[in-house]
Amino acid sequence: MHELSVTQNILEIALRHAQQAGAVRIREINLVIGELSSIVDDSVQFYWDIISAGTIAQEARLNFVRVPAKLRCRQCGHEFALGRNDYVCPACGSFAVSVVGGEEFYLDSIEVDLAEPQPGPGQTP
Amino acid sequence: MSNKIPVVENILNANDQLAEEVHRRLNQAGVLAVNFMASPGGGKTSVIVRTVRALMDEVRIGVMDGDIVDLDLRELAGMGIPVSLINTGGECHLDANMVYRALPSLNLDALDLLIIENVGNLICPAAFKLGVHLNVVIASVPEGDDKPYKYPQMFRGADVLLLNKMDLQEYMGFDVEYFRRGVEALNPGVTFLPISCRTGEGFDAWLTWLRAQINGRGAAK
Repeated sequence: MHELSVTQNILEIALRHAQQAGAVRIREINLVIGELSSIVDDSVQFYWDIISAGTIAQEARLNFVRVPAKLRCRQCGHEFALGRNDYVCPACGSFAVSVVGGEEFYLDSIEVDLAEPQPGPGQTP
Repeated sequence: MSNKIPVVENILNANDQLAEEVHRRLNQAGVLAVNFMASPGGGKTSVIVRTVRALMDEVRIGVMDGDIVDLDLRELAGMGIPVSLINTGGECHLDANMVYRALPSLNLDALDLLIIENVGNLICPAAFKLGVHLNVVIASVPEGDDKPYKYPQMFRGADVLLLNKMDLQEYMGFDVEYFRRGVEALNPGVTFLPISCRTGEGFDAWLTWLRAQINGRGAAK
């Protein structure tokens, strides 16, 4: 699997957005991962601990929100979970389906510490 | 103080952007790029070799191969067509960056068709856009008729689906209708062509389809 390159992408995105916001530390990273986007949480966390070392994202917690795969029948509109061995709609028996959930694969948000505001003129730190 | 910063960025965004750049370069050169995906042993190389042999007198073809050794490319190189090995170092898929870096190794302006042979795998290659025009998925009879139900991503993304090794169907108890229903459910109207690389069954239909894509490229862009 390709968790290392995925983890590098997560770090790059998180650092870029943290920098834009002027953050000094990233505390948490919220990821939304669909069931169909095959990725192993433990493996990402393993690589994360290595590649985030020495960055402001070191020791950040990775939160994985998992989205189950969901299908929608194109005949009757019924929505159902991805079954094991067929794609037949349990409501009407049609096998014309669309995938409407489970493909998510994005970094939703980060929790950061912002830099302390610089003391203005005349103020004593 | 802790602050929540909304990001909402696709984790593979960097790959997707490079894929767009690859696509632009291919269009500039006027070459149709086709990505071949299958499991290991599904018949990617055999289908490519047979396809190249059939079309090489009428179409200028180059082949890129994502692999760890150049074994699959030797036969093609021996036929006198330009080939390029993308050494994947054991990676489970090709990504846009690997293709991007390999583009200068072929003279794209002198090609009509660029065949890219992906890493043998039905999971990972489906997640990484390469910037190609068409995705060919090859399934084969000995793998079993349940594959569309196990790997929905791969079968959803196919522009054409080749079911290879049809000469083995009677021995394998492969239910073509069950297989086809799984594909059709996710990817309605996809071109579905049963073939046998060994006997040549179905190859005329496949070559006709591919010729139409090459000829129609100018209009489709």
